[in-house]
Amino acid sequence: MPDIQTQKKQKEYEKYVKQVTPSHSLPLNMARAFLVGGLICMLGQWIMNLCLNYGLGRQMSGSWTSGILILISVVLTGFNIYPKLAKFAGAGSLVPITGFANSVAASAIEYQKEGQVMGIGCKIFTIAGPVILFGIFSSWVLGVAYWLLKIL
Amino acid sequence: MTEQTIGRQSIQFENAVSILSGAAIVGKKEGEGPLRDAFDMIGDDPMFGTNSWEEAESTLQKETVGLAIAKAGLQKWQVRMIFAGDLLAQSVASSFGIADLEIPVYGLYGACSTMGEALSLGAMAVAGGYAPYALSVTSSHFGSAEKEFRFPLGYGNQRPLSATWTVTGSGACVLGREGGRAAIAGLTTGKIVDYGLKDPQNMGACMAPAACDTIYQNFMDFNRMPEDYDKIITGDLGKVGQRILWDLLLEKGYDIRNRHMDCGLEIFDGETQDTHAGGSGCGCAASVFASYILPKVEAGEWKRILFVPTGALMSKVSFNEGQSVPGIAQAVVVECAEKGGE
Repeated sequence: MPDIQTQKKQKEYEKYVKQVTPSHSLPLNMARAFLVGGLICMLGQWIMNLCLNYGLGRQMSGSWTSGILILISVVLTGFNIYPKLAKFAGAGSLVPITGFANSVAASAIEYQKEGQVMGIGCKIFTIAGPVILFGIFSSWVLGVAYWLLKIL
Repeated sequence: MTEQTIGRQSIQFENAVSILSGAAIVGKKEGEGPLRDAFDMIGDDPMFGTNSWEEAESTLQKETVGLAIAKAGLQKWQVRMIFAGDLLAQSVASSFGIADLEIPVYGLYGACSTMGEALSLGAMAVAGGYAPYALSVTSSHFGSAEKEFRFPLGYGNQRPLSATWTVTGSGACVLGREGGRAAIAGLTTGKIVDYGLKDPQNMGACMAPAACDTIYQNFMDFNRMPEDYDKIITGDLGKVGQRILWDLLLEKGYDIRNRHMDCGLEIFDGETQDTHAGGSGCGCAASVFASYILPKVEAGEWKRILFVPTGALMSKVSFNEGQSVPGIAQAVVVECAEKGGE
């Protein structure tokens, strides 16, 4: 552990660095994320409505919607278009299911050179892995909570 | 035996070590930048005819070494040793790149400061009489560096404005006892300097304190002022790091603003090439030095310069384990040979 004097100096330097480092404009980024994220969701809704019109059930339509969005994202990742979209949209393209698909597809493409098992197999979820783990874990916690509430 | 040290951290060679040639090969994006006419070769294929980023970087390094040896008018067997390094884990780009050349090798790692390290050690080997000819080379590749330190290339994310763009490029210099029009007159070995920053997306700020430390020490050891150098050239501090370096040196009473240059800021046009804070990587300082800086010194346009490649010493593991990102900077004094010693 650095002593107090050094820690203080480090804090000061950190503060100074923050001051001289330019950062993206937050309102602008939020506007872009809202726009692109909204458009992706609109696309999803449109697919959903289409499926419903074809007489698919609600659940089936939802699955088709996710599947089609994932397919679009993976194809766009392969053609190197999704990263360009994400550069513009930030969280707008990261949060929807398309962002998740992008992180998996990008890893698969990058690590394919390291082999089917040790490359794709081991590393395909390097970015998405935590989302899956904690996603499942938190839904389990919610499940337990729901179950307890029901017992009471 | 004559002492060749000066001050606390520096070396002043009794006979300056000649830089016989410099060669630089870069990628397409670098070839579209402001220095496009300076490079020896620009590779349009980011894979350089291979199957992976790592192999591509190795090929890049091998080609650059070959070119530098040819430009020096030597045969490869005459080069006694190579000092080589890159950014990849276990320096694989260098290992696989120069294996075919069958020249003895010392592998180095100094992050983006490696060219300073390679030139320093090469010059020491030549000045010490251990090698009539030594070669210093480093390389970096955008694809392999992103994969090693950040995300897969296809992953969509927003880079912060303080982030730098890893240069796809390699630079090599052949050093010898005499014959070149530029020479390494001395050097200052850098210390590892850690101001506790933990942001690897702001490497300029992590490295600037190290650059300041080495440059300041160079002034002390050689008893020089900034005015004694026509240019003081850092490796890849970028926009943010440059500003911080200026401030830190001003605090110490030195103003280098009118003679400071940063390779990372020279190699790309930040306005049109979307590189944010500037270029970075081992190949950045190396390719700019070999193709742009060296010819200026050789022509006598700059009589004496201080070349200070800077490196951020971190790995993905050290970052994940919550370590800071310390910096290092190696300074090399390069003089126009006509001017002679001091």
